[in-house]
Amino acid sequence: MTDNISERLAHLEPLPGPYFGEYGGRFSPEPLVAALDELTAAWEEAKRDPAFRLELDDLHRSYTGRPSIITEVKRFAEHAGGARILLKREDLNHTGSHKINNVLGQALLTKRIGKSRVIAETGAGQHGVATATAAALFGLDCVIYMGEVDTERQALNVARMRLLGAEVVPVTAGSRTLKDAINEAMRDWVTNVGTTNYVFGTVAGPHPFPAMVRDLQRIIGDEARDQVLELVGRLPDAVAACVGGGSNAMGIFTAFLDDPEVRLFGFEAAGEGVDTPRHAATITKGRPGVLHGARSYLLQDEDGQTLESHSISAGLDYPGVGPEHAWLADIGRATYRPVTDAAAMSALRLLSRTEGIIPAIESSHALAGALELGRELGPEAVILVNLSGRGDKDMTTAGHYFDLLDRGAEQV
Amino acid sequence: MSAQGSAPSTGATSVAAVLAERRDAGTGALVGYLPVGFPDLATSIDAAVALVENGVDVLELGLPYSDPVMDGPVIQAATQQALANGFRLRHAFEAVRGVRERVDAPVLLMTYWNPVVQYGVERFADDLRDAGGAGVITPDLIPDEAGDWLAASERTGLDRVFLAAPSSSDARLARAVEVSRGFVYAVSTMGITGARSDVDRAARGLVDRLRAAGAENACVGLGISTAEQVREVLEYADGAIVGSALVAALAEGGVSAAGATAARLAEGTRPGSASAL
Ligand SMILES: Cc1ncc(COP(=O)(O)O)c(C=O)c1O
Repeated sequence: MTDNISERLAHLEPLPGPYFGEYGGRFSPEPLVAALDELTAAWEEAKRDPAFRLELDDLHRSYTGRPSIITEVKRFAEHAGGARILLKREDLNHTGSHKINNVLGQALLTKRIGKSRVIAETGAGQHGVATATAAALFGLDCVIYMGEVDTERQALNVARMRLLGAEVVPVTAGSRTLKDAINEAMRDWVTNVGTTNYVFGTVAGPHPFPAMVRDLQRIIGDEARDQVLELVGRLPDAVAACVGGGSNAMGIFTAFLDDPEVRLFGFEAAGEGVDTPRHAATITKGRPGVLHGARSYLLQDEDGQTLESHSISAGLDYPGVGPEHAWLADIGRATYRPVTDAAAMSALRLLSRTEGIIPAIESSHALAGALELGRELGPEAVILVNLSGRGDKDMTTAGHYFDLLDRGAEQV
Repeated sequence: MSAQGSAPSTGATSVAAVLAERRDAGTGALVGYLPVGFPDLATSIDAAVALVENGVDVLELGLPYSDPVMDGPVIQAATQQALANGFRLRHAFEAVRGVRERVDAPVLLMTYWNPVVQYGVERFADDLRDAGGAGVITPDLIPDEAGDWLAASERTGLDRVFLAAPSSSDARLARAVEVSRGFVYAVSTMGITGARSDVDRAARGLVDRLRAAGAENACVGLGISTAEQVREVLEYADGAIVGSALVAALAEGGVSAAGATAARLAEGTRPGSASAL
């Protein structure tokens, strides 16, 4: 297998943006366009610059801990009709999720364009922690916007970000979750665009973010494709990932886009069920519209007002989705399915008990999806699952959900 | 003549005509913003009428939206309340019609783009024209993405007001001037809506650049809250746009306070008049 990240960054057969079919674009206020143009140009240049690629490659090797391994989970797979299930272990990255892959690239880009301050939105706190980490490493000022609801359910990550030296701003507007954190970060960016780079956390938002974040995350699939070939001797039958904005999913899908025999599955948060109003299943239940700078699927009412999403996982609790996913769904290259809170939590416990790996609640949606796929595809199937993050941040939620906390322990 | 000057007649006094008239009078126009449906539909119509009766020349009615990225805390609070009180898109046309029945000032809608997309761009244009509206200001729609809207506004003769920012390149300013009709909205400062103690020097430079790009009408907005600022802006721009200060007055003191604030701001459109601000 290859660990030559720089070589991989040179091959970008996926669409460069701004459009993915009828999706994507730049539906942003004019004051931001100069910054978007600057980022687009800087990224086009950086991704072709061997020095940039070497630096990122080196950081990933010496800091992130790449390449991440794949782990075959046999005891877990017994619950999936005996199909072979392989986990791509993004949970083992420094800071505990795939988010660091993107952030280190954008932090290097921030230095390159000569800005001294970074801002970011965060839902689960993983993107915020990764950004705060990179800011500490590169000596950048850092402000993280996080919905108030999420600061409560991901309190551990709030403490991590503050310890790393970032300012965490709880956002009290609207639904007080990821969507509103993005609005607030955009307002900061419009105001401070001269000094500030917006390190966007997923493959949504205005161009160049969907393409740039995908380019930085595609290392997941590039590594995994080689690793599966080496371990199994052939490509997987299916690739599964959870989809919030969609960055870990695009990260693992991209390497397989031109392998028609490999089926791609994105699992969206169905919350309390897609027949209730409390879910975040954007592609399953939404329709095309414009949100946060891009045209894509979104959850909205008749008047185009964004609906509040719901998911037990903060990182998937978002009423939009990246435009490339909207396009892949429309052309039928990828399939998107809903997974309920209950199914995800049950998969979280199952992986913990059968394999000794505690996954993030976000990633548990992909695990639940893989259990379903295994039963459908049969015992000969090989399923590659993106384990996008580890579950430490979710112990308060899981503790309550499974009633694992002693009365006394809960006070601590 | 630049594109912004001319609009097929919609039967209403056009924005360009009002700006020209104020310019010929040696002053400039006061453009006043209020959200539709705040605190409720009827009061928002009364308040808009009160603005015009107290010296506002052009009205800008904002449509409440769930994700208003260009708005500061005052307008966010008002539009969130309007949504909570049941604002629906059709109320926008009711508001335009209601205002136009009572006063003659041209009425522009200010709306984020997704509600228009969901309503249907063509249908939105038809309903706005039928209600007597003058056009639309689009804070998150740049000319690059505006193909549908350029076509619909061309067909209906509605004004289309695009934003220009201090950070915009010369080429982008030229494009904004070319496609805007009514006026170009010069964003005074890098930021969001809300009162500021001094309106950025960048505004003057931006308007100069817009003139160089051929702009006939340029209005300056964001951060203007006093008659002094209105007067200062009208030294070089065709209109001064005031939002948050009027919304705050309406929120705190109702329709009469909004009217009184408009009257004070309008002092700034009369050079030489002694203002007791
Ligand atoms: C572990 C983990 N997985 C997935 C996500 C969802 O984001 P995306 O869909 O961009 O991968 C998050 C977001 O916070 C996350 O923390």
